[in-house]
Amino acid sequence: METTSIEIQHLYKTYSSQNSQVKALRDVSLSIPEHEIFGVIGLSGAGKSTLVRCMNLLERPDSGKVILGGQDLLALNKKQLRLCRQKIGMIFQHFNLLEQLNVLANVCFPLEIRGIPARRRKEKAMDLLQKVGLADKAKAYPSQLSGGQKQRVAIARVLANDPGILLCDEATSALDPETTKTILDLLKTIHNTMGITIVIITHEMAVVRDICTKVAVLDDGAVQECGNVAEVFHAPKSKAARRLLLMGDKEE
Amino acid sequence: MPNLGIEVLFRGTNLLRLLGGLWVAVRISLISTAISIFFGLMVGMLMVSKNKFLKLIFRLHLEIVRIMPQMVLLFIAYFGTTRVFGWNLPAEVSAVIVFSFWGIAEIGDLVRGALISIPVIQRESALALGMTQYQVYLYIILPQTIRRLVPLTINFITRLIKTTSLVMMIGIVEVLKVSQQIIEANRRTSPNAAFGVFAAVFLLYFLICWPISSLAGYLEKRWFQP
Ligand SMILES: Nc1ncnc2c1ncn2[C@@H]1O[C@H](COP(=O)(O)OP(=O)(O)OP(=O)(O)O)[C@@H](O)[C@H]1O
Ligand SMILES: [Mg+2]
Repeated sequence: METTSIEIQHLYKTYSSQNSQVKALRDVSLSIPEHEIFGVIGLSGAGKSTLVRCMNLLERPDSGKVILGGQDLLALNKKQLRLCRQKIGMIFQHFNLLEQLNVLANVCFPLEIRGIPARRRKEKAMDLLQKVGLADKAKAYPSQLSGGQKQRVAIARVLANDPGILLCDEATSALDPETTKTILDLLKTIHNTMGITIVIITHEMAVVRDICTKVAVLDDGAVQECGNVAEVFHAPKSKAARRLLLMGDKEE
Repeated sequence: MPNLGIEVLFRGTNLLRLLGGLWVAVRISLISTAISIFFGLMVGMLMVSKNKFLKLIFRLHLEIVRIMPQMVLLFIAYFGTTRVFGWNLPAEVSAVIVFSFWGIAEIGDLVRGALISIPVIQRESALALGMTQYQVYLYIILPQTIRRLVPLTINFITRLIKTTSLVMMIGIVEVLKVSQQIIEANRRTSPNAAFGVFAAVFLLYFLICWPISSLAGYLEKRWFQP
């Protein structure tokens, strides 16, 4: 990947089960420039996770294009895709650490997979743990950490691959507002020092307001509105955005 | 103090015979366990596959094994096959077949449960880190499956060992049968032998099963609350 921009073109995805069809994405197009912190907001079931999972092809769209850094992901073979995914970090709501490994080993894990020698990976992992403020917990196990700390480990782990893009699917939704704030601050610091492109998926206005520069409002599988955060929040044009704003105000 | 009939154990080769009987039970259990684990793993993996036909077959297998008393299965395998097909299966082979038939179903189901209990998202987050399907299976799915599986499998093995006492019904001389023989043979001289001999049998089963099930407990503690 030369650059770290994200280009989504006319994405469609339908899930069909025995007696029903869900159109999770309906003609979604987005253009996310390099070094942006881009928010995707929408109510539950809007298709946010589906969209972000299409960005690293954990989910294959029915049609449309996913172009990361000028690279058409759907044109890659398995191996190329795998190497590409190493450069697209992803963090989740439930952290997904390996419970049987301690914090340090969790961060070392992706490096081990890539065949980095033991000493180098330990150095790098400790450096990353320092960055996320958890150097003193290197020997702890995930079950001994708080939610916020677990997410920090997950962030350190994902940074081990030196990603150019970081996808966050509801990364703070399992955390209280206080902890959410500290994780968002950490993401901002990472963004400022490493200049990676960050995509934030969330259903919380506050998160978008705090960290994103641009936002897309997703509803019923389609982008209803897209623009600068300040504009969208001050003068929402779509019904979906207004509804989200109302709900956000109620929460605060 | 009442006569507990323990002296019978030390008469002649009685104790050795008991141990020999125990070995028969353990041997049947060991062979059946090995077969059950090997094929159980495969069955478990096939049960989470998408093939509806295979799923139905294994489901049926499991139901049969759960509904039928093991004794009935033993009778079918030993006496039934002789009558119907004219096979002359040695008793011990019949026993191994029955216990493996049972074990494959039970362990297959345990494997299936362990596999589906691993959240899909674990797989996905590993894929998102750029791992191959093979690496995901090897480093993420398998270790977690085995962790969940080992204590459950060990519990099953102790159940299997206890159930081997049924094989005396098809003429295999295992530990319980030996004790009956000893009691019979010494009825005149030591009428209380039943107590001593069965107490010894209890102790023997305990000595075999207790370490196994405490190993299960230990692993469970060690692996699930680090
Ligand atoms: N694997 C799947 N099989 C069938 N339907 C699915 C699947 N994944 C998602 N869906 C459906 O697609 C729609 C969009 O789901 P998605 O998970 O993208 O929503 P979301 O915006 O992330 O919601 P949430 O905020 O609850 O996470 C929903 O109606 C959901 O039921
Ligand atoms: Mg979601």
